[in-house]
Amino acid sequence: MSINILMPALSPTMEEGTLAKWLVKEGDKVNSGDLIAEIETDKATMEVEAVDEGVIGKILVTEGQESIQVNQPIAVLLINGEKLSEIVIDDNIPEEPKPKKNVVNDTNNEENDLPSLSEDELISEKTSFVQKNEVLNTIKSNRLFATPLAKRLAKQRDIDLSLLTGSGPNGRILKIDVENFKEEKKSQVDNIPLSNNNSELIKNSSMRKTIAERLVKSKNEAPHFYLSIDCNIEQLLKARSTINSKSNDEYKISVNDMIIKAASATLLKVPKANASWENENTRYFKNTDISVAVAIDGGLITPIIKNVEFKGLLEISNEMKTLAQKAKEGKLKPEDYIGGSFSISNLGMYGIKEFSAVINPPQGCILAIGVGEQRAIVTNNQISIATMMTVTLSCDHRVVDGAVGAEYLSKFKEFIENPSLMLL
Amino acid sequence: MNNKIYDVIVIGGGPGGYVAAIRASQLGLSVALVEDKHLGGICLNWGCIPTKALLRASEIKHMLDNVNEFGFSVSNIKVDIKKVTERSRKVASQLSAGISHLLKKNKVKVFNGFAEIDKNTDQIKKVKIKSKDGINTELAKNIIIATGAKSRNLPFVKSDGINVWDYKTAMTPQDLPNSLVIIGSGAIGMEFASFYNDLGVKVTVIETLTNILPNEDEDISKIVQNNFIKRGIDIKTNTSLKSVKIDNNSVSSEISTDGINSLIKSEKLILAVGIIANTQNIGLEKFNIKIDKGHIVTNEYLETDEKGIYAIGDVTGGPWLAHKASHEAILCVEKIAGLSNLTPLDKSSIPGCTYCRPQVASIGLTEKAAKIKNINIKVGKFPFIGNGKAIALGDSEGLIKTIFNNDTGELVGAHMVGPEVTELIQGFSIAKKLETTEHELMHTIFPHPTLSEGMHESVLDAYNQAIHY
Repeated sequence: MSINILMPALSPTMEEGTLAKWLVKEGDKVNSGDLIAEIETDKATMEVEAVDEGVIGKILVTEGQESIQVNQPIAVLLINGEKLSEIVIDDNIPEEPKPKKNVVNDTNNEENDLPSLSEDELISEKTSFVQKNEVLNTIKSNRLFATPLAKRLAKQRDIDLSLLTGSGPNGRILKIDVENFKEEKKSQVDNIPLSNNNSELIKNSSMRKTIAERLVKSKNEAPHFYLSIDCNIEQLLKARSTINSKSNDEYKISVNDMIIKAASATLLKVPKANASWENENTRYFKNTDISVAVAIDGGLITPIIKNVEFKGLLEISNEMKTLAQKAKEGKLKPEDYIGGSFSISNLGMYGIKEFSAVINPPQGCILAIGVGEQRAIVTNNQISIATMMTVTLSCDHRVVDGAVGAEYLSKFKEFIENPSLMLL
Repeated sequence: MNNKIYDVIVIGGGPGGYVAAIRASQLGLSVALVEDKHLGGICLNWGCIPTKALLRASEIKHMLDNVNEFGFSVSNIKVDIKKVTERSRKVASQLSAGISHLLKKNKVKVFNGFAEIDKNTDQIKKVKIKSKDGINTELAKNIIIATGAKSRNLPFVKSDGINVWDYKTAMTPQDLPNSLVIIGSGAIGMEFASFYNDLGVKVTVIETLTNILPNEDEDISKIVQNNFIKRGIDIKTNTSLKSVKIDNNSVSSEISTDGINSLIKSEKLILAVGIIANTQNIGLEKFNIKIDKGHIVTNEYLETDEKGIYAIGDVTGGPWLAHKASHEAILCVEKIAGLSNLTPLDKSSIPGCTYCRPQVASIGLTEKAAKIKNINIKVGKFPFIGNGKAIALGDSEGLIKTIFNNDTGELVGAHMVGPEVTELIQGFSIAKKLETTEHELMHTIFPHPTLSEGMHESVLDAYNQAIHY
C-alpha cells in the first residue's frame, strides 16, 4: 500500500503553508527520519522528516506552491516495492483533518498557542543583515501559473503577475484576479498623492502578515501602560568583566544575558507580573520562560529561554546564541518560540535611549531595554558620572496594575544595581 | 428515534440529483437519494435523451428523402411512428436502469417516494418520504434539493394529452397528426418542429419575440429560420396566442401578429412556453428559503439562506440545462465536503445546444449582448460552405461565428449552426474555461479534414486572416 505524505501541521495555529523546497525527488529512496522538504509557514522555514521508509513515487505539489492546506497530500510514498501505476492518487483533503499536534503548550487557551512575536527586536550581537529574503526569492524563482488572458491583461495594465494571488485551480491567476488587483491599486492611488513614484511593491510574506495581525490585535485589545526606570549598571558591568576575565575565551557573557537573568529573578519576587490574560481567567506562571525578541530577515521572532530561574548565566548565554542563530536561519522549531511568560526587547545596541514595546499577547508584560551610557547623575548633592540604562515596562492593564508594574521595575533595578543578589 | 443520520440526502434523481449523490459518495459522505418517479429525471426519461432518439429517426428520414444525391434510389419510404416512439422509450429506460446501477455501485441509498423536508434540530433536518408503502422519516445534516421543473401551461390553455400536448405527449405520439401548431420557439419547440416536419407533418411555430431561438445570436436564428421556412415550416414571429378552441379533434388557435388577429386550425397543439420549478409540497415554507420568480435562490455555492440546505438545477435560476445541474451538483457536494479551491459556476461559460436540423450550439455573449455591454468587439464568421468535410458530408449549411474582445483578445462568445455543432462547441468551452485569447486559438492545429476547421477559420476571420473564405 502506498502512503500519502501529508502537509504537516508544524505549529498549533498552522492552517496552511508554502512548500519552499523539495529535498528529495521522485524515485528517491527515503528512510524514516530523512529530511524530505522545507516548509515555509507563517513563522519560519522548517524541515519535514519522512516518517516511513519507501520510495518517493509522486510529488504532488510544486516547489513554491503556496497555501497548501494542512493534511493535504504533498507526495506519495511507495512502500514494499510497489509501482506508481498500481496506486490511485487521491489528492483530496480529508474532510476531517486529524487533530493538530500541539507541540509545547498544554494550556487549553487558544491564544496561548499563538506564536510569540513582538515588534521590537533584539540581537545579542550586532549583525549586518545581508541575507536575501528567502520567501520572496522562492516566489519569484518559481513558475507562475496564469491564463493567457490574465497574462495579456497584466501586460496591458503593467501589472506584475507575481504580485497577484491566483483564484483558479492550483492558484492559477485568472482574468478576474488581474481585474480585482487593478481596483485595489486604483483605490490606493486615489488616496495617496502621486509623489512617490519611485517605489517598489513587495509581497507580504506570511510571517509579515502574522506579525501585523498579532500586533494590531495586541494594540487593539490589550490596554497598554508604560513605566520607566533608570538603572545604574556600573556594578553589573564590573561583575560581567570579572566573569568574562576568567573565561579563557571559552565564553562571553553579554549584558543582555544578565538582563534575562535579572528579569527572571524579578519575576520570582513579583509573580503577579508573570501572568497572561485569558478572558475568563488570568494565568499566573510558576516558571519564568523569557521570550527574547530577535530580528530576522523579513521580520522578527521571539525564541524562548525556558526556566531561566534554574539556569546560570553561561547556560543562558549559550542558549541565546543558539536560538538567535537558528532564528536567523529560519530553523526554529515551534516549541522554540511558542509560549513564554514574559518578553524582553533590547534596542540598546542601536544607541536607543528608551522605547515602549508592544506587548506580545497573551503575555502581560514586555520589558524594553535602552542603551547603557554614561550620564551625569546626582547623588547626595553631588554630580557624578555613572553608566546608566533606562528600561521601560509595557503592561497589559487587564492583568498587571500600575502598582504591580512599579514593584516589578523597582525590584528589577535592585537586581541590576546589585547583581550579587541574583545569586540568592 | 434510532434513525441513521445521513451526511447528505438528495431530493430528486435527475442529472443534478444523481450526480450529487455519486460525488458525495466518492467523497466518503453517507448519502441517500429520494426519487418520486424515475431515476435520471426529466432529462433522461422525458427530455434530452428520448428527444435525441426521436431526432435521430427524423434525421434518417431526411437522409432517405435525399439519398439519390449520393447515388442510391429508395422508394416507398414509410414511417412507423409507433416504432419510432418505442425505440425512443427503450433508449430512455436503458439509461435509467444504468443510473440505478451507478447509484448502487456507489452505495447510495435510494428511496422511492415523494420527499418533504422539515425541521428537526438546528443541525439536523428531517425528510419525510411518502410512498405507496407509507411514510418513513430519514435524518440528514445536509439536504440538496434537486426537484427540477415541469412544463408551464398558459392561463387559457392547459395540456390535456389529447389535442393540446406537453413535451411528454409530444414525444410519445401514437399517430402522426396532419398538422401541428407549436407555441414557443425555444430549444424544445424547435426540436419538435424539426422532428415533425421531417416526418411530413405540417408545422406552424408561434413566437412572441422577433426571432426564433430568442436566446441565440440573431445571425444564427436567421439561418435556422430560413432553413425552416424552406422546409415548409410556417414561422410566425412577433405573434402571440390569444385563445384556443378545441372541437372535433381539431384545435383553433386565435393569434395576433403585430396587432392583426387571425385563426389557425391544426390537429394538435404543442405548448413549449417554458418551465415552472417544482417547489410545491416539499416543505420549503418551513425554512428560511428565498424564492424569486418561482425559483429557489442560492449563493454561489448553491446554499439557500437556510444553513445546510442546498438547491441545484432547474429548481434554481437558469439557464435550465442538465449540464448546468450536474456541474452545480458537484460544486455543491464538494463545498459540503469542505474541499478547498472551488470555483463558483460562471454562468457566462455554459454552452447551450439545440438539436433541431440544422443543429445550434453556443456559448457566451451574443453580438447584441456584447454591444449592450459596451465591449469593443471583433467578429469572425465562417460559413460551412467553405469547409471541405461539410461539403463531402452533403451538409454544408451553417455558420460559425466567434466574438472577441478587441482590447484583450478574450473569446467573448461563440455561436454555431450547422452539422454536428453540438459536438463541436466543447472546444470553445475549454477555450473559455482556460481563458485563451485569439492567439492560442489561432495557433492551435485543427485536424484536416474536419468540421472543426470551421472553428479555426472563424477565429482567423475575426482577425482578417481566414484562408478559405
